[in-house]
Amino acid sequence: MKEQKEILDGNTAAAYAAKLSRVQCIPIFPITPQTEFIDIISKWQRKKFFMPEYKVLESEHSVISAAVGSELTGARTFTFSGSQGILLMHEILYIAAGLRLPMVMVNGSRGLSAPITLWPDHDDFLAMRDTGWIMLATETNQELLDSIIMAFKVSENQKVMLPSLINMDGFIQSYTRTEVRIPEQKSIDKFLPPLKMKVKLDVKEPMTLGIPVMGEYQYFKEQVHKALLDSKEEIKKVCFEWKKLTGRSYDVVERFHLNDAKVAIVIMGANSTVAKASVLSLRKKGKKVGLLRLRLIRPFPSKEIVAALKNVKAVGVCDQNISPGQSGILYQEVKAALSNENKVVSNYIFGLGGRFVSEKDFEKVFDDLFKNKKEVRKWLQ
Amino acid sequence: MSKLVSEEKIKNDGLKGIPFARFGQLKVSRGSWRTHIPKIDEKKCIKCHLCWLYCPDTAIKIKKNGFVYSDLKLCKGCWICAEICPAKAIKMVREKK
Repeated sequence: MKEQKEILDGNTAAAYAAKLSRVQCIPIFPITPQTEFIDIISKWQRKKFFMPEYKVLESEHSVISAAVGSELTGARTFTFSGSQGILLMHEILYIAAGLRLPMVMVNGSRGLSAPITLWPDHDDFLAMRDTGWIMLATETNQELLDSIIMAFKVSENQKVMLPSLINMDGFIQSYTRTEVRIPEQKSIDKFLPPLKMKVKLDVKEPMTLGIPVMGEYQYFKEQVHKALLDSKEEIKKVCFEWKKLTGRSYDVVERFHLNDAKVAIVIMGANSTVAKASVLSLRKKGKKVGLLRLRLIRPFPSKEIVAALKNVKAVGVCDQNISPGQSGILYQEVKAALSNENKVVSNYIFGLGGRFVSEKDFEKVFDDLFKNKKEVRKWLQ
Repeated sequence: MSKLVSEEKIKNDGLKGIPFARFGQLKVSRGSWRTHIPKIDEKKCIKCHLCWLYCPDTAIKIKKNGFVYSDLKLCKGCWICAEICPAKAIKMVREKK
């Protein structure tokens, strides 16, 4: 397949993904680090390059409500938010999952106020983990573009029918230009056929959605949970199809030098690139270290994590987020997945509010993992 | 009585898991808590259909001859129709249960 090579930042990559997916409706409200996306789509509209139903609304709450409405009529819907914005959407995110609407949203992650910051951490993204959305965390702009297209395919599967939330780190991805290959429109059209909703609003067949229920409420929650669990297989299938189409392979987790590793760190997001560099430099010194990057957060890939970390003795979960009063959020989840394994699982908090981390910092984490016999909870200060 | 079912055995019912109802599928009677019901006096009714327009529960229906009646499956006895009626043709009477 022919691919166009471009140097793109995350916002432009997301815009190209929306265009390639032939999105029909984009309701949106600006927030740093996503503002540039609005600029791009507006320019494309003026040039008649990409013409979705495009509405800039008065708040994020209205944005996600409009997205629910447009998806209910059967239009493929995409939106983009982050940080305080996605927190304002929180209430409607549950509704979108409960009504089983296959929309896709990108979260440009940014630390939460107060104090106010514009730089990334994953508190905003991970705060949404109980909403019932499929949640993916990306590392590069290429992965972001690919993930958006794949997410539409997974979400719109009749067995899944759940919305997807894709994380992009603010600034590190949103404003940094890297090489991105843009697939051909023709092959994407084949990969992702137009959306056909079987249950949608239609004036000829009136219906009500989100009906009041009493005892049946649990049934609908069971169905959301089950569909979310089942979506994991669907994600793997779609990743396989994508590999056949473009040659780029993705999985629910990314294993990096794990085959013979004695210690490993678990990490998500764009800072994994930095951590990977420190793995490579330590490997040159002969130290057997590895890295596991979580791509899928919901459904949580517990089995895959256990399988990937089979030979590892000490695991350091590097969290770019904090649940104050407990620990990093991923730490709790990874620790729960590894509860039957005999491993030392430690927690390292780093980079809150986009605080800079270097290769050397991750080397310190690896050194600490080699030393410790018991689990520790530390911060990279 | 509930029973314990392991997570793997729960069936994914696909589109059945969408909480929706087509027109007429909801057969829950919503009038159980009302105390009063509207009584429409056709001698006074001027067929303006304001009650039909204002009824929040679509309980007021229009007959073929233009007069209205109240669908007691839907009526919650809220008095809005009686308040809005310009001809004072609707009176609320206590419902005998």
